[in-house]
Amino acid sequence: MNQESARLPNPSTAIGGDGRGDRSDAMLLSVQDLHVWFELKRWGFAHAGYVRAVDGVNFDLRQGEAIAIVGESGCGKSSLMKTILGLNRPIKGDILFEGQKLSELRGRSLQWYRSQVGYVQQDPYGALPPFMSVRRILEEPLVINRVKDGEERQARIVKVMEEVKLFPVDDFLTKFPHMLSGGQQQRVVIARSMILNPKLLVADEPVSMLDASVRVEILKLLRGLQESHNLAVIYITHDLSTVRYFSEYIFVMYAGQIVEKARVNDLLRHARHPYTHALLEATSDPDAKNAEVFKEVPPGEPPSLVNPPSGCRFHPRCPHMMKDLCDVQVPPDFEPTPGHFAACWLYR
Amino acid sequence: MTEDRLLRVQDLVLHFRTTQGVVQAVDGVSFELERHEAVVIIGESGCGKSSLARAILRLLPRNVHAYSGKVYLNGTDVMSLDEEQFRREVRWVKMSLVPQAAMNALNPVLRVGDQVAEPTMVHLKVDKQQALQQARKMFEHVGVPVDFLNRYAFELSGGMRQRVALAMALVTAPDLVILDEPTSALDVLTQANIFNLLKRLKRELATGFVLITHDIATSSELADHVAVMYAGQIVELNDAARFFSEPLHPYSQKLMASVPRLRADIEPDFITGQPPSLINLPAGCRFAPRCPSRFAKCDQDPPLFGQGRRQVRCWLYE
Repeated sequence: MNQESARLPNPSTAIGGDGRGDRSDAMLLSVQDLHVWFELKRWGFAHAGYVRAVDGVNFDLRQGEAIAIVGESGCGKSSLMKTILGLNRPIKGDILFEGQKLSELRGRSLQWYRSQVGYVQQDPYGALPPFMSVRRILEEPLVINRVKDGEERQARIVKVMEEVKLFPVDDFLTKFPHMLSGGQQQRVVIARSMILNPKLLVADEPVSMLDASVRVEILKLLRGLQESHNLAVIYITHDLSTVRYFSEYIFVMYAGQIVEKARVNDLLRHARHPYTHALLEATSDPDAKNAEVFKEVPPGEPPSLVNPPSGCRFHPRCPHMMKDLCDVQVPPDFEPTPGHFAACWLYR
Repeated sequence: MTEDRLLRVQDLVLHFRTTQGVVQAVDGVSFELERHEAVVIIGESGCGKSSLARAILRLLPRNVHAYSGKVYLNGTDVMSLDEEQFRREVRWVKMSLVPQAAMNALNPVLRVGDQVAEPTMVHLKVDKQQALQQARKMFEHVGVPVDFLNRYAFELSGGMRQRVALAMALVTAPDLVILDEPTSALDVLTQANIFNLLKRLKRELATGFVLITHDIATSSELADHVAVMYAGQIVELNDAARFFSEPLHPYSQKLMASVPRLRADIEPDFITGQPPSLINLPAGCRFAPRCPSRFAKCDQDPPLFGQGRRQVRCWLYE
């Protein structure tokens, strides 16, 4: 039991703000009450409001842990990711990396932070500069981070290319991105994100642009790197079927908030939140019987993040909506089974 | 005998001329389709599946090197029609297309209602009022709120745009609709919605659907028949019911094994190697260099074995 809870993101810290402080320094990454709002265009002196892309997100990540953030487009998962990468500034809350506040990092220390966090983009072709050879693409982060010795740079490039299985290395070094297939391009992107030996990897839909036959290969590669380097990985996706091969935990995001957190198998077998149910129901497995039945899909579309619905944000689409409760009060994180959190009044 | 078939494609060939050589994008493709049915064409990117859609609809670029074969629609040979006749009588009247990435297929400076009305005005020669009336009906049919008629494409969500593109393809009541990756850019819930809609339309309308996709899991939502394409050729034709439980061709088997599954505990596998370039195709079976069950015979070009609705291009089934 003790061993089990040691590997879980600590329940008391994962829920809310209580009992945090002293523990957060044991975490690699700690996201605390994060709010990322974008201001709408002002009209004269009037204030038009905010897009509440991330609205109160808490979670902790330990070294060597892989989590998946699952949600539809527009649910705020990309804003969350960009804030973790230090590209957006939160309006409230903070991100702690090894106990240091991200908002306080400047200059050299910010550069150090960025060398500790690798980023795997969604579209490999768009992420690679078309005028640079693979060697230059991989060398640039080293130059920027003052690895001055040319031989050491070369050795590290070769090592990382072997790790992402771009064989034979010498052939690939001189190639340009357009000469590579989609899978190879994504390997170069992964190599670039790994070359500074980061502690954390943020992968934003790393396989959604790739062919089905290559997807599994890339996911297995990422999983292998995660295990051999004891990396913490945040895997952002909208596809639940790939998650189970990759991460230990799933966080389901809806309209700027995390609505359910659980271990992968726990979530896939015993989903609690009605939104998670809907996502699971909508995901297909290849089966000829699918053509004979219609799927149950919640009506409507995800809400506007400028004026999110009151109470639970899923209540206008929810089949289990309870009047005067779900539409009025914001549900806190309930814990129907240990280590499984759902922000839904059904589990009060 | 076969004249009651909605669509019969025979030996369709479409090659492109490029500076590197001739790209054999579609290389002798044959299949059939009936009303109320959907055939799914599955393949990796670059296997020629989008070119097949263009070849059927005769939407050809300028660098065509070879274009031959027969396409019968309701028993009439549409390949023998000249370009003007084809445009007037077949394209968008008898068969239409829902293009890949429907969001970019809509005109950003026209109201979506006008765009849906346009095909009926051009092809069925009705006046604008009537055409808009038709468009309104079509919007109701595909589940777009009627007041969206006056909106522009950028004011709609991805799912709604996809529905509008579908309305545009269906408004002339064509016999055949070709869907080119209709949901690959959409979220899971929207995807499920669109497939619910397509299933309903398939039952209600006397239309045949050709669905082109690389997503095997969602393709099972609509498929009656499956055609697997590899390097410009169809390597397997099969009933959906049988294909999804026991695919025949080694490539189909590998492809099925690579699908990550949500409900079954099967470790997915991947296919080693890469599909061949369509310019320098390997001699013999085109899948042989990647095939786990390769044997001596594979150096020769395999024909399609089997007959009717179940055919496979592999020497194992000789």
